[in-house]
Amino acid sequence: MSAPLDVTPRTAGHASFDRPLVIANVSRRRFLQGVSALGGLVLAVGFPAPLRAADPPKYGADGMANGWVDDPLVFVAIAEDGTVSIVCHRSEMGQGVRTGMPMIVADELEADWKRVRVVQATGDEKRFGNQDTDGSRSTRHFLDPMRRCGAAARTMLEAAAAARWQVPVGEVEAKNHEVVHRPTGRRAGYGSLAKAAASQPVPARETVRLKDPAQFRYIGKGEVKLVDGRDIATGKAQYGIDTRLDGMLYAVVARPPVYGGKAASYDAAQALKVPGVVRVVEIEGSPAPPEFKPLGGVAVIARNTWAAIQGRNALKIVWDDGPNASYDSASFKATLEEAARKPGNAVRNDGDFDAGIAGAARRLDAEYYIPHLAHATMEPPAATVRIVKGKCEVWACVQSPQGARDLVAKRLGMPAEDVTVHVTLLGGGFGRKSKSDFVLEAAVLSKAMDGKPVKVTWTREDDLHNCYFHTVSVEHLEAGVDAQGKPVAWLHRSVAPTIISTFDSAAKQEAPFELGMGVINVPFAIPNVRIENPEATAHTRIGWFRSVSNIPHAFAVQSFVAELAAAAGRDQKDFLLEVIGPARRVSPQTLADTWNHGESPERYPVDTGRLRRVVETVAREAGWGRALPKGRGLGIAAHYSFVTYVGAVAEVAVDDKGQLTIPRVDIAVDCGPVVNPDRVRAQMEGACVMGIGIATLGEISFKGGRVEQDNFHAYQVTRMAGAPREIRVHLIPGDFSMPLGGVGEPGVPPIAPAICNAIFAATGKRIRRLPIRDQLKV
Amino acid sequence: MALSLTVNGKSYQLDVPPEMPLLWVLRDVIGLTGTKFGCGIAACGACTVHVDGQPVRSCSTPTSAMANKKITTIEAIGADKVGKAVQAAWIDSGVPQCGYCQAGQIMSAAALLKHNPKPTDADIDDAMSGNICRCGTYVRIRAAIKRAAGQKGATT
Repeated sequence: MSAPLDVTPRTAGHASFDRPLVIANVSRRRFLQGVSALGGLVLAVGFPAPLRAADPPKYGADGMANGWVDDPLVFVAIAEDGTVSIVCHRSEMGQGVRTGMPMIVADELEADWKRVRVVQATGDEKRFGNQDTDGSRSTRHFLDPMRRCGAAARTMLEAAAAARWQVPVGEVEAKNHEVVHRPTGRRAGYGSLAKAAASQPVPARETVRLKDPAQFRYIGKGEVKLVDGRDIATGKAQYGIDTRLDGMLYAVVARPPVYGGKAASYDAAQALKVPGVVRVVEIEGSPAPPEFKPLGGVAVIARNTWAAIQGRNALKIVWDDGPNASYDSASFKATLEEAARKPGNAVRNDGDFDAGIAGAARRLDAEYYIPHLAHATMEPPAATVRIVKGKCEVWACVQSPQGARDLVAKRLGMPAEDVTVHVTLLGGGFGRKSKSDFVLEAAVLSKAMDGKPVKVTWTREDDLHNCYFHTVSVEHLEAGVDAQGKPVAWLHRSVAPTIISTFDSAAKQEAPFELGMGVINVPFAIPNVRIENPEATAHTRIGWFRSVSNIPHAFAVQSFVAELAAAAGRDQKDFLLEVIGPARRVSPQTLADTWNHGESPERYPVDTGRLRRVVETVAREAGWGRALPKGRGLGIAAHYSFVTYVGAVAEVAVDDKGQLTIPRVDIAVDCGPVVNPDRVRAQMEGACVMGIGIATLGEISFKGGRVEQDNFHAYQVTRMAGAPREIRVHLIPGDFSMPLGGVGEPGVPPIAPAICNAIFAATGKRIRRLPIRDQLKV
Repeated sequence: MALSLTVNGKSYQLDVPPEMPLLWVLRDVIGLTGTKFGCGIAACGACTVHVDGQPVRSCSTPTSAMANKKITTIEAIGADKVGKAVQAAWIDSGVPQCGYCQAGQIMSAAALLKHNPKPTDADIDDAMSGNICRCGTYVRIRAAIKRAAGQKGATT
């Protein structure tokens, strides 16, 4: 930061953590500052934050529950026919992890990819290391352990060959699925060496020789096809909803329509008359906080899904709606706005905002609103459970298989060792499938049916009504600018129900991990900055949604910078670069960000040079400044999240009726070294489309405590005709000495502000409330 | 009541309610799980199958309406020349992310190309906008359809 700063880095003294916090198997455990060092499952355990603060900090994979494992005997098996099996311990939900992780191992192993088979791990973090597939962390945390795994296995094959030939190990070399004795040219295939290699000692970690990245054959090349591509294209791929077991029953659940409600009474007589319905079972609700516990309700168990749905339609249930029966989105928006217009808890203070704004030439303010969102994974939540002789088996589309395992074990009152969680493919995750409430429903119902296999399927209505919603927020910004329009004072009040409320009903303030998503850690060259976080109360289950709080924060910050640029009569891109300021490495602690995405502040500072570079790159590649016909405009936005830098330029067209189209989006991404360039591009393309959906269509609203949207006709998402014809992704090359950034999420946040800034360029109309919907209609 | 059904060239005699949607007959009764449930109201296209060569949303199609008709699902579309080309284009273009919607996308794309071997971008918008992909693979779906059609560039 160019301006002098005298901010004391905030540690555990933040309001949210002054008192004991109740945590239940939080998948994004690292999000919860101070909680991360706890291994395994922590259920309903209160502990004072200062105790945690005394622990030495752990970062990256070290800071995650059960950390990492790099034992080749855990991850690699070689058959005598030469087939190499590599375990993928992270959940595949479209990010390509079942291709990427094994590809890393195969590269270091010098395996021929054509002879590699991928095996999905069950939920077992003691064996495999952390499996919570969220936070854009899989490649970031496991590139190094997986490289060591492959290299260690390669070393063992070389040692086995050297022993067989009685030659010095220095004379042999593994190359493309065989070991070669250099002086004689003798060769032995991996299959023939497999047995002997397996009995070689696993080399000590520090002796394992990693490849020179210049020798990589798969990593960074983007030539490996998706391991599941053919199965997906031919209908063979197995998702959670596709599980079929002998004697399996099918269930759907009528859940309380209002969070916190319960069935006061129900009449199942008509439901039981529906052909195919076997039984009606009440699922006990859970007291607040919601955690990942089932919502309760009435389940209909049948011979097929359709019969279960018909049976549910025939249930007569009287609901007691409970304390959230008056939750109403329109009035809640007003409540948030009221809070945003009054001072709130200051979470960052640089310089003197009051003095800065008092001395400013001009003062501007704006408020931005983003509603609740639902993930709406194409595969709704679904899980199958079977209990046989005290052993429970689960088949489910879960992002946190160990968490699911622990929670099922607790609910069924059995040791976790007796629960096996088979991880299927996930038909989308986006954070929803980190929460195992749907798995627990299946467990409860299987138990009620004497252990018979029961599959619970959520319908789309269930999914939209009973989601863990993305929060709803009002972002209030004020700036004082000098005579040239340059900001000298910056105030950002962020008001949104916190995800912590899902684990602690009393929580009303954003947690460090939420503030650290683009509100507190904005590295602008502004001398007087104040960030405030007034209180907000949650009235539904709040959960993380792809890129989480970065969505409202980036929308507000990047829109407001563009508003300041317009007020100053400046080019938006030039102005943005000026606000970012010169290239420098800013410590997150200087920005009062104690979280830093769980990464080391030394290894991962906020690098404004990299942020500038994505802005400059995307502007150049998008042809920033090019002449456009009337009704067309370009808008730019840049955002740093998940320790990755992303810049986006959207080109929009608004016709004379106010119809919006987005013909092209350019995205520049700097995530450090790139393991699978094709999948990084794919993630950016997908994030762009999701960002467009958030900007233009997406809204979950409540009335009388109930979600108003039932299905895709009302909860609209981007379709083919609304997607850009062109999405151009520009990868900023990074070398393997740099730390990795995340990829799954950081593409989302800059899209909505880039679009709204482009709309302003095209029409002069400023959008401050999402979704845009018909706000442009003339 | 017994219903007779022909799926992927195979005949089935099924004791299911006549109003039971084809989707659940395929998935839960016959066991062909490649056809996906996404919404149940014909709003997302995940359940798309071919009935006598026409794309149909199986979640909203009563099974009783399927007598004497030929049903083709994702599991058998590869036996068709166009279907096979579409599947190959999907794999080669790296279309899928999570892949869940792609069976329906492929069925819609194959139906489009059977009737319109050289679709324009507007044709693709029309034929494919009933199919939601939440991962947002639309740019690659468009590219893969053109690839399967043997087209090189865009024809906006």
